[in-house]
Amino acid sequence: MKNKYAHWAAVILILAALLAGVGITSLCFGSANISPAKLLPAFMCGGNSIEHTILWEVRLPRIMLGIAVGGALSLAGVILQGMFRNPLVEPYTMGISGGAALGVCVAILLRLGRNFGSWSLPVAGSIGAAATIFAVYLLSTEQGGLNIRNLLLIGIMVSFICSSLITLIMAVSKVEDLHGIIFWAMGSLEQSNPLLVKIAMFVSVIALVLSYFFCLELNALTLGEEEALHLGISVENSKRLLFLLASIMTGLSVSVAGIIGFVGLVVPHFMRLFLGSDHRILLLASWLCGGLFLVFCDTIGRTIISPTELPVGVVTGLLGGIIFVYVLCRREKSDARNKRLDMRL
Amino acid sequence: MLEINGLTCGYESGFSLSNINLHVADGEMVGIIGPNGSGKTTLLRAVTKVLKPLSGAILLEGENIRRMNVRDLARKVAVVSQNAESGFMSVEEFVLLGRTPYYGRFRFLETKFDLAKAREAMALTDSLKLKDHLMSRISGGERQLALIARALAQEPKLLLLDEPTTYLDITHQVGILDLVRRLNKNFGLTVIMVLHDLNLAGEYCHRLALFERGEIRKFGTPEEVLDYRLIEEVYKTVVVVEKNPISQKPYVLAISEAARDLNKISTTKGLQ
Repeated sequence: MKNKYAHWAAVILILAALLAGVGITSLCFGSANISPAKLLPAFMCGGNSIEHTILWEVRLPRIMLGIAVGGALSLAGVILQGMFRNPLVEPYTMGISGGAALGVCVAILLRLGRNFGSWSLPVAGSIGAAATIFAVYLLSTEQGGLNIRNLLLIGIMVSFICSSLITLIMAVSKVEDLHGIIFWAMGSLEQSNPLLVKIAMFVSVIALVLSYFFCLELNALTLGEEEALHLGISVENSKRLLFLLASIMTGLSVSVAGIIGFVGLVVPHFMRLFLGSDHRILLLASWLCGGLFLVFCDTIGRTIISPTELPVGVVTGLLGGIIFVYVLCRREKSDARNKRLDMRL
Repeated sequence: MLEINGLTCGYESGFSLSNINLHVADGEMVGIIGPNGSGKTTLLRAVTKVLKPLSGAILLEGENIRRMNVRDLARKVAVVSQNAESGFMSVEEFVLLGRTPYYGRFRFLETKFDLAKAREAMALTDSLKLKDHLMSRISGGERQLALIARALAQEPKLLLLDEPTTYLDITHQVGILDLVRRLNKNFGLTVIMVLHDLNLAGEYCHRLALFERGEIRKFGTPEEVLDYRLIEEVYKTVVVVEKNPISQKPYVLAISEAARDLNKISTTKGLQ
């Protein structure tokens, strides 16, 4: 038992250290490189130097948003995968992102951004997300219980409906709006409003803390709903609250950063491969790893073909997909080797 | 221990248990038998509050389970069922999940005491040697032991088993039931188990409840319940009931169609 906790602590420390490392690296690189030696002085003093402004007003908020959104999406992924006992579920399969995207598209089409300022898009996104959460939730409730299979199917269908509506909106919208929609749909961590960054960080951390109240429920749910009930878990309540928690995190992420795919699918899956299915470690580890992964991808995205920026969704998809397939194949090979050894013994 | 009075409950699809009365004494070992679809598992699901009763009451140590929350219920009643998924975890982690009802809202790490209880449960079921194996890599018999260990880690007073011997060979069938019998005898654990095998049910249980179409047809000692007329009527098949020469318990023999024809035994009235 001591061993297990020591192992968990080591995992957390390593991930935190990596996150700090990637964060510092990300502070240094960009269209204007700042050497690591100059980083600290530029950070601390000189209220008016260009470096100071870049660090505090451009890069740091971006990193913070990356951690918040990456963490929230991964956490939502872990929770949903645990709840559904299905490794292919991710926050975006639930229709929430589709709803948020639809909300933002409508806002762009109606020119709300021009009339009401930078707040209007995230607010519209949240409203869209909330509307789909309620629709999906109500449609998949039967006899006072949440039917998990229905939830998944209805979520996917709502996703499709939303994406069709978005295509419809794009087809009828003007060229200048179209650019806004596409840019937003590709996802970006560039966020000009510092308050939104703070809100995202706050909600993401609070959600992480709240999720720990459900780690035992999630562990028990890996055995199946009826088994969880036998272990004294009030299954219906847990499912409801977990779904709500995952929905809020996804809605928030999509509203502030657009649609950044793959983080919520690959990171939780990856963590499961290495850490097993104990959610007491999975939740925190996935949150950290999600932030780490997204900040890393974003740093690559904005430096690799600088001054042009690559959409971060492209980097997460490419990098995440390739790493994942590589690890999976290696693992299967080593599994096969172990099996041969077993047989020889 | 358990008192079921006038219980009626069912599913949307129409199948239901009606007017079930069953009293199980402390330290008793009761077998639930009956044809497929006669409501055996449904009864277990009612006792664990998966299904809500439409009428009647289930009392556990005199307390109506409707008024108990699921966590308190899980500290008294543990279930060994066939449909547990196990994910990607070791046997020890799996057994430790049995301690879940004892964790608090603000405590999610197991204590030394929890671990000791889990180890004790594994030792009792002879599964301690498997503790670091993955659940997905152990055999059916070992899996059954791990399931029982997890149930014991809950420190229950009432143990419910749903077809604990399905898919096992005769060695493991006897092994599992001997274990359950030992737990019953040594620790006074009350046991209710659904069994398909009438011979094992007769051999191991103090009393048997024979279910037919959602009702209890007969509740009594194995000698009373495993009567060939009753079995032929409920199961709609020809059987012979004999006495086990060693244990003196009744056992039931099925007879093939060819043997029936040869001996000119007409099928019972229930069969077309």
